[in-house]
Amino acid sequence: MPRDSAASAPGEPGHRQGRPVSPTGHTSRFGRLVDGGLLLQDGVQGSPALRLFSRWVRRPLLPVMRLWRRNIQLRVVAGTLIMSLGVVLLLGFVVIGQVRNGLLDAKEKAAQIQATGGFEAARANAADSQGADRGAANGGAQKNAVQWRSDLVTQLSSGGQSAFHVVALAAGSDAGRGRGPRASGYVEALDSVPDELRGQVDRGDGAYQSFSRIVYSRGAGEPVAGLVIGKRLTDINNDPYQLYYLFPLTQEEKSLSLVKGTLATAGLFVVVLLGAIAWLVVRQVVTPVRMAAGIAERLSAGRLQERMKVTGEDDIARLGEAFNKMAQNLQLKIQQLEDLSRMQRRFVSDVSHELRTPLTTVRMAADVIHEARVDFDPVTARSAELLADQLDRFESLLADLLEISRFDAGAAALEAEPTDLRDVVRRVVGGAAPLAEAKGSRIRTVGDEQPVVAEADARRVERVLRNLVVNAVEHGDGKDVVVRLGAAGGAVAVAVRDYGVGLKPGEATRVFNRFWRADPARARTTGGTGLGLSIALEDARLHGGWLQAWGEPGGGSQFRLTLPRTADEALRGSPIPLEPEDSRRSRGLSDAGLPSGGGEKQATVPVQPAGDRGPVPVPPTAPSLQVSPSADPTALPGSGARVVPRQAGEPDAPAGGTARSGIHSTASGTGTDGVRARPDVAAPARAAESPRVLEKSDAAAEEARAEAEVEPEGEATRGR
Amino acid sequence: MKGRVLVVDDDTALAEMLGIVLRGEGFEPSFVADGDKALAAFRETKPDLVLLDLMLPGRDGIEVCRLIRAESGVPIVMLTAKSDTVDVVVGLESGADDYIVKPFKPKELVARIRARLRRSEEPAPEQLAIGDLVIDVAGHSVKREGQSIALTPLEFDLLVALARKPWQVFTREVLLEQVWGYRHAADTRLVNVHVQRLRSKVEKDPERPEIVVTVRGVGYKAGPS
Repeated sequence: MPRDSAASAPGEPGHRQGRPVSPTGHTSRFGRLVDGGLLLQDGVQGSPALRLFSRWVRRPLLPVMRLWRRNIQLRVVAGTLIMSLGVVLLLGFVVIGQVRNGLLDAKEKAAQIQATGGFEAARANAADSQGADRGAANGGAQKNAVQWRSDLVTQLSSGGQSAFHVVALAAGSDAGRGRGPRASGYVEALDSVPDELRGQVDRGDGAYQSFSRIVYSRGAGEPVAGLVIGKRLTDINNDPYQLYYLFPLTQEEKSLSLVKGTLATAGLFVVVLLGAIAWLVVRQVVTPVRMAAGIAERLSAGRLQERMKVTGEDDIARLGEAFNKMAQNLQLKIQQLEDLSRMQRRFVSDVSHELRTPLTTVRMAADVIHEARVDFDPVTARSAELLADQLDRFESLLADLLEISRFDAGAAALEAEPTDLRDVVRRVVGGAAPLAEAKGSRIRTVGDEQPVVAEADARRVERVLRNLVVNAVEHGDGKDVVVRLGAAGGAVAVAVRDYGVGLKPGEATRVFNRFWRADPARARTTGGTGLGLSIALEDARLHGGWLQAWGEPGGGSQFRLTLPRTADEALRGSPIPLEPEDSRRSRGLSDAGLPSGGGEKQATVPVQPAGDRGPVPVPPTAPSLQVSPSADPTALPGSGARVVPRQAGEPDAPAGGTARSGIHSTASGTGTDGVRARPDVAAPARAAESPRVLEKSDAAAEEARAEAEVEPEGEATRGR
Repeated sequence: MKGRVLVVDDDTALAEMLGIVLRGEGFEPSFVADGDKALAAFRETKPDLVLLDLMLPGRDGIEVCRLIRAESGVPIVMLTAKSDTVDVVVGLESGADDYIVKPFKPKELVARIRARLRRSEEPAPEQLAIGDLVIDVAGHSVKREGQSIALTPLEFDLLVALARKPWQVFTREVLLEQVWGYRHAADTRLVNVHVQRLRSKVEKDPERPEIVVTVRGVGYKAGPS
């Protein structure tokens, strides 16, 4: 856990102390860019505001994105649509380009022929008229030329109807000198002929052409695209003028738009049809896959007789066949296992019967002999006593063995109904009272003011508690035993505390092992079968609950049973802290204000085999500074981290304490993640760093990281 | 006179041992080792109580229990080596009043037998009403609208216990003590099964009981009359 890799503290996303700056002290532009990029990235993780924003943006899109991710059919159809749309568009552009070029080429040719003819006619007309007007006065000649040009325009355009218009313009700079433009068919001559073309015509001798928009005088029609061909000619006075032929492209435009419309319609149809085809094709493939998925789900839900329908011999059919074969094999294997389990249970049941019947006879015979022992000589009398005692032990051992084997065979059934644990505790305490009296200890019950109701199998819970209480009395060295009840959230708990010899390091996990004994040399005298706690653990597990042990050498021990309030609820925490507040470490802590740096830490949980029911309780970390004794952060794995920011806000909380809580919650965050860390391995490592007094900034960093690490988990839970 | 016990058990050693213990306590035991002959022996000896092993050659104990129950309300105590829920419940449902798990102590057995026989002593005349039922405690009869309903002695005791204090909710433990005579809590399944059986006889609709009402999380009480 390197301390300088901290994410930014919440609320100040950009501020980071450890970032190296450029040697000059100024941040280069590139550096700023990189920094900015990182800032953005980090900001999404680190800054609550940005995170909130991105979440806000994403939220409405989530269902769509989810559908997109989950539906391959949708993706394929959408992909097909987009790609075919691209293809159709490309095709359309090419075709339209071709058609337009073809149309324009034809029109150009026709227009050029027409224009050439027109120019020829104009030249001939000018030559003819020159002879007729020779000798006229200069002014008159000019007037004639104007008149002539008008006539020429009229004459030339008369052959073309609306297929073309003719425009005569003065050449070059003459344009303004009264020789106004002449135009046929209400064409605005000056607007319709582009200046560029006029320049070309002025400078050159040949015919020039250009595309332009033909503008009509007001009321005569909308402007249309057209082809303009012009040439410089001389009039009757040998003055140059420009003659233009304007060919409107109305017809061609109409044709082109028709083609466009046709293409668009066809393209649309093609795209839609392709989409539909893709949908159908994908459905053919996806339907069997979905069917397989559905059947696989049902299989995994236990309906083993489900099979896929196989038709044909194609790949899908092969998938179906392979799937069915797999299901068949699975069913076979599971049936074999079930048979095995049934046989095992049957065997246990039969052994039980076969053993118990003779044992009953022996037992009764022994009791009869025992009753009559006063009439025997001392040796026989003592033998009768021993016989009766050991038969008791044999009986309980047999009963425990059978119970354990019943758990192993999975034959144990929970008969849960709402039970007030106070009644159970009362019975257990009442039952253990004679033993306690003999041992000279008192059993106190705490926390039984309110009903502590949970859905539980009273018989099993009573067995667990009787075991715990009897153990506590037997190992309590004659000191008091405290039975504490608690209920909070979705859980209820009973903790049994004794102040006896306690547990050595590592023993807290081993106490639940079968036939485990704290002290092999000593324990044989205290009776018991060595299976009690194993059965108790199985009983707790059957409820979906926890049974955990805590102890310190010489400081006594505490066993805590936590049960979910309703049978189908998963446990998230326990209302009672596993390590009691009056443990020596807790007391030492509150005296010094700091953890005493723990070697004696033994709070552990039993190592539970993988795949058992119920979450593994979070390993209690080093003795924490319990800010609020009512909520045990170690016991509430999910919410441990959430406690942190509130604690940080308290000004009088010692910095070291805050930091430790930070570590704390990080640990529990990873702990809940299903990492079944051996708590007794993890605990010393954490305990080792406990004496370190962290600085305030570090505390903030720790805290931020704790939040960052816990956050994704929260996200995942929401996603589910 | 009150003390004939029919022991139905195929294990001769156990049967003999049971005989020794029962005779020592002043009962008159008779024995049968085969499930097929059990019913005939029952008719012949007319015992006050039947000790019945669940696992028998020929007809098994469950079947025998059913047959005896079909013609008599005599108390039946099952001897079982199986404390599994299913076995016990099946045994109780077939009509047994009580069960005792092997291996048991002689005193325990005798206490159970005594508890089952004790209730046969003469009760004081008493009329009780529960729901639309009329109970004649001395006459040992239960009637609905003049029609009498056949109950085993144990079921009758259970009904009477509830009817005597209709205002009280009985926990299963209290019922075990009052009806079965258990000193300390034993298996509450006894109560559950017998309440079911009682309901199937006295309720109009056993799915919606009106005579014996469940109080969730506590126990049972008599329905309003």
